[in-house]
This record gives sequence, C-alpha cells and structure tokens, in this order.
Amino acid sequence: MAILSQLSRDEFSTRLSVDGLPLKVGPYIYRVRSKLPTVEEGIRALYNDFEIATDGDFIDYDIALQQKGLRQHIHRQLEFLFDGTTPFNLIPLGQAYAFLEWGMNWCVSIHANEYLKLHAAAVARNDSAIILPGVPGAGKSTLCAALGLSGWRVLSDEHALIEPASGHIVPLCRPVSLKNESIGVIKSFSRDACFGPVSEETHKGRVAHMKADLHSQSHQRQPLSTTALVFPRYSPDDPQGLNKRRRTDSFLLAAYHSFNYSLLGDTGFNVMKNLVDQVECFDLIYRDIDWAVDAMNTLVEGRHGA
Amino acid sequence: MSFLLTDALLNPQSVRTLDNTELNQLLSQARNARLLAALGLRLADSGVLESLPYAVSRHWTSGVVIHEKQRRDLHFECEKILEVLAPLGEKLVLLKGAAYILGNLPAGRGRLVTDIDIITPITSLVRVEAGLKQAGWSGSPMSDYDEHYYRKWGHEIPPLTNKARGTTLDVHHNILPPTSDAHVDASILWENLLEIRAGVYTLSHQDIVIHSATHLFHEGEFHHGLRDLWDLDRMLRDFPRHDDDFWHSLVSRAQSLGLTGSLYHALNYSGQVFNTPIPKEVFKSAETPSRRLRKPIMDFLFKRAFTPDPIQSRIPFRDLALFALYIRSHYLRMPLYLLLPHLIRKAWRKRIDTDHSGLRTGKETG
Repeated sequence: MAILSQLSRDEFSTRLSVDGLPLKVGPYIYRVRSKLPTVEEGIRALYNDFEIATDGDFIDYDIALQQKGLRQHIHRQLEFLFDGTTPFNLIPLGQAYAFLEWGMNWCVSIHANEYLKLHAAAVARNDSAIILPGVPGAGKSTLCAALGLSGWRVLSDEHALIEPASGHIVPLCRPVSLKNESIGVIKSFSRDACFGPVSEETHKGRVAHMKADLHSQSHQRQPLSTTALVFPRYSPDDPQGLNKRRRTDSFLLAAYHSFNYSLLGDTGFNVMKNLVDQVECFDLIYRDIDWAVDAMNTLVEGRHGA
Repeated sequence: MSFLLTDALLNPQSVRTLDNTELNQLLSQARNARLLAALGLRLADSGVLESLPYAVSRHWTSGVVIHEKQRRDLHFECEKILEVLAPLGEKLVLLKGAAYILGNLPAGRGRLVTDIDIITPITSLVRVEAGLKQAGWSGSPMSDYDEHYYRKWGHEIPPLTNKARGTTLDVHHNILPPTSDAHVDASILWENLLEIRAGVYTLSHQDIVIHSATHLFHEGEFHHGLRDLWDLDRMLRDFPRHDDDFWHSLVSRAQSLGLTGSLYHALNYSGQVFNTPIPKEVFKSAETPSRRLRKPIMDFLFKRAFTPDPIQSRIPFRDLALFALYIRSHYLRMPLYLLLPHLIRKAWRKRIDTDHSGLRTGKETG
C-alpha cells in the first residue's frame, strides 16, 4: 500500500503529468492527470495522505485538467476532461483547482447510483455518523471543516452516500470546500487548518479547499451507522439553538436535496424512510462556530437536552 | 471494424475475459456512446454482470437505474399528453426512443432519451400545440429568426417544455423537413399505425425502421450515431421474426416514401458494424448504380462516424470525415439557396453569442 507522501517530488510530478495519478478516494479510484502547477500544488497539499492505487486496478473516474493549443493559452483558459471528453465549457485558468474538485464531485453526482446520495456533509465521532444536509450557503461546509479540526472524522463534504442494503453511510473523505468569509472563519478557528490553492472570482466567489483527512480513521472504508440528521443554518440574526425537528419534514427536506432520490424510485423512498426512522433530527442555527462545534459535541456525548 | 463496445453488445460473454484496462475502455466507450444502460441490461440478461467484481458492475447498474427512471417518467408523461390529445380526438403517435421504450421493442431495452418525440398531422398541428400549451407545455424563449426558421422550414415546431416537470416534447408533423431532398408525403404514415395501448400508437415496424434510418442518415452530428445504429440492428433482427413479409414490405415502403437512400445506408452500416443478418436480395433491391458507385467513399466517411469514443477510436481523417458528413447533412436538408444564408447567419450569430463562462452543466448538443 503506497501513500502519496511516499513518492519523491519528481516521481509525483511525472506520474501526475504523464499517466495520471490513481488516487483511492472512499469507495472509488480517481485517476487525475494534469501538468498545471496549481493542480500539482493542490494535490500535494490536500491529498498527501491518500493511498495510491496499484497499476492495473479498475479506475472509476478518469479525469484531467489541461491547457491545449494556442487559443487556450492566449485566453488563459483550460479544459476539464472526463474519459477523454469535455463535458464542460472552457474554464478560466485562475479557477483551475476549484474546478478540479468540482469536477471530482460531478463524477459522483452524475454517474454513481449504487447509493442514495444526499447533498450533505457527514461527520462521525465514536463510530456514529451524523449527516448534515444543507442548501448551498447554509454553512454545512464551514461546520464540517470546524468539526474536522476538533477531533471529528470528516466522512464527506458533499455527498452522503447511503448504502441501500445496510442503510449505512459510506465514507468518501475529500477536502472541504470553503467559500468567501468561511475561509477566514476557519483560519481563525484553528491554526492547524491546511489549505490548497485559492480560486478567485468563481461563480461562487472566492473558493479554497481545506485538507480534511485529519482523523486517524479518515481513510477507512467501513460503512457507519447514522444516529442523527442535523440541518445546519448559519444566521447572524436568529437566536442560536440545537432544536429537535419533525422526522416527516426532515425526510422531505433531505429527499429534496438528494442527488438521486427520485432516480432510485422505490429504493430511494425505502432507504430514506429507514434512515429517517433510525435517527433523530435537529435544526442547528448558529452564528458562532465554536458554539456550533460544542453543540455537536453535546449531541454525541448525550448531554443534549439533559 | 470492431470495438470493445460493439463486441460486448453482440457477445456479452466476451466481457468475462477482459482485464481491468479493457473494462475501463469498455466503460468509457459505453458511457460516451450513451449505451451504458443498454449494455448493462445485455450483461445482466446473459449472467455476465453478476460475475464481474462489484467495483466494476456497479457502473453498469448505475446506468440501468437512469434508464429505469426514464421509463417510469415516459409512462407518466405519456398519460399526461394523452389527456390533452384524447379530448381533441387526436391519436398520440410516439416516435424514436419513446416509441421503442413504451412499445416494448428490443431497441428500447436500456435506451436513454433526452426528450419525447410525437407526430401529428399537419392539419391538427395548431390545435394540438394550443392544447399542449394550455396544459402547461411552453416554448422556450427563442430569437425571431429561429422561430421563423422552425415554422417555415422545419418538420417540427419549436420544442415545448413542461413548466412543472421540465420534460421536453418535440411535436413533429413530418419525418423530414419540407426542404429536404426527399419530399416525404407524411399523410401515408397514418395508414399502418400500431396501437400499443388505448389511444397510444407507434408507426408500423417498417415505418419505424425507415424513420430511424432517415433520421440517422440526415443527421449532421454523430454523438449518438453508434447508438442509433444499434437501435436499427435490434429492430432489423427482431421485426422479421414477427412478420414473414417484413423485408419485402420494408423496401417497397421505403420506395413509396422516397427514402430508399437512407434505408440502403442503414442496411449497409448495421451489417458492417453489428453483423446484422440482412438478406442479400433485400440489400440489392435498395441499391442503385449511383449508390454502388459512391459506396467506397461513403464507407470511408461513415466508418469514422460510427466509433464509440474519441480516444480509443482515433482513426486517421476522423475529423475530416465528420466535417464532410456535417456538410452533407445540410445539403440533404436544404437547397443551397436556402442553406448558404442560413449558415452564414448562424456563424455570425455564434461569434456574437460565444460566452466564455466556465461552469455549465452541459454543452449544447445541437
């Protein structure tokens, strides 16, 4: 078993730029190929502790970021390749790294249907997982990053993958995507936070990714059972609180924010129902990130409501 | 001409012997050709899928899930369209993917669709369109030029989208534009409709094949070319089993519609790419001296169009061939005096409209 950090700088660059680097990410293997310095820098910073797949392993997603031809160089643009095809329009050079991460999300969002995929972050403490569904901007990634820096294990920042047969969540730990003010919030939350390249002026504003595999079990693949669905919402005006919410509308909200709930038909409904039946559901309204992390701690320590 | 994908589709057992690198190539070819679900079901039916490692097979089952969803949605949309057409006394006649899937044809097995195509007599078009618009289907904003182009030179009205559900409906009144080389008398299509359930019809088996061939061989872009040829192979293998007279009536029907040229290409390339068993005399009867003469050059071009993906099928002159076929499709659709102003206008507009924004979930396919 080889870890990325074991490669010499030269070997790392050569493999990334020529054949592509096969990275084991949760249940999948991505092969990433690029000659761009920002991509190399970002992968080095954020994926250093990831396992490299062996030659001859089956590759789930083959992706590349490349700048090809005079036109792309003049316009400072590049293209994202999936299986050698270009599913997206050209990308401004300054957004290269953010786009690599989004492209990696897209692979799962579009192609994987063996799981019920909730649009959610997921974290765990003591082998019990908590799913944090949220609309973009609700503050789920910020909370997820802060929890990752506070001894929690990050299971995912974007896709909570629920295995239909067991109802368990399958870990897919990748860097956490932070936008605009959240970057500063996390930097002041902990000095240990390690960031990749910053992408400016994306359609989401300023974007940076934080290394999220900080827990000793970050790369374990064993599915975990879920104990709670917590719907985080950052709000500077409302009173902070961790409040129980009804299962019925939690079901609807989480299903609505799923990538493939309706695609899976009966399976989607049954998996969602079993999940909601076995967990408690909460709203977490916060403005202070330290308070939010503490509230999450009370939840797993059984202090909540005591 | 043989690719991993075509071999796997025809002989699913061949997949058992592939190594991971080849399985990766097969997966990428199947995804790119939009045949992932079709191959997934072929592999499942032949017991091969369950013999593959889970890390491999899950990609095919994930593809099948998308097909199953589309199939469910089609049943629902079909009911909704019927609710509009039935009170008007109009038949719901499905075309292409929707017809294959809801008609339970072998070509519908694992077929993916992007929209629903229906055909209605040109005399009913105004009230059908009005009825659909009243029921929540509406046209997307489009320039006056495009609207005018559709209405005047098209064989369908501008696509309608359902506001609530986002599904797209193409309402045709003919199977080819009135400007094209063959002037198709659409009225005879209504002679032999097949009722697949109360009020819902497809074209006759012969007409489905001819329409599929006509559509494919008047097309300018071949992103779905191999998939469309697979549709034809499935139908040409299946239909003769149900109808002894299929082959004979196929050619005579194509003659009445003036579409033997497209049928000839369909028979030729389905045979070349998928080894479809086609009786020699049927092929001969669709052939003309001029078609025989042009065959080598057409073979050269179409061999480069019916390839499963851009990496593994790098054949010399592929881009050139695709460009030639693109030009061909335009002169088949319109005479030059209409085509030239149209292309110039499109090229000019493209220069103005080009936008450089990065993230878009999909590129235009048209």
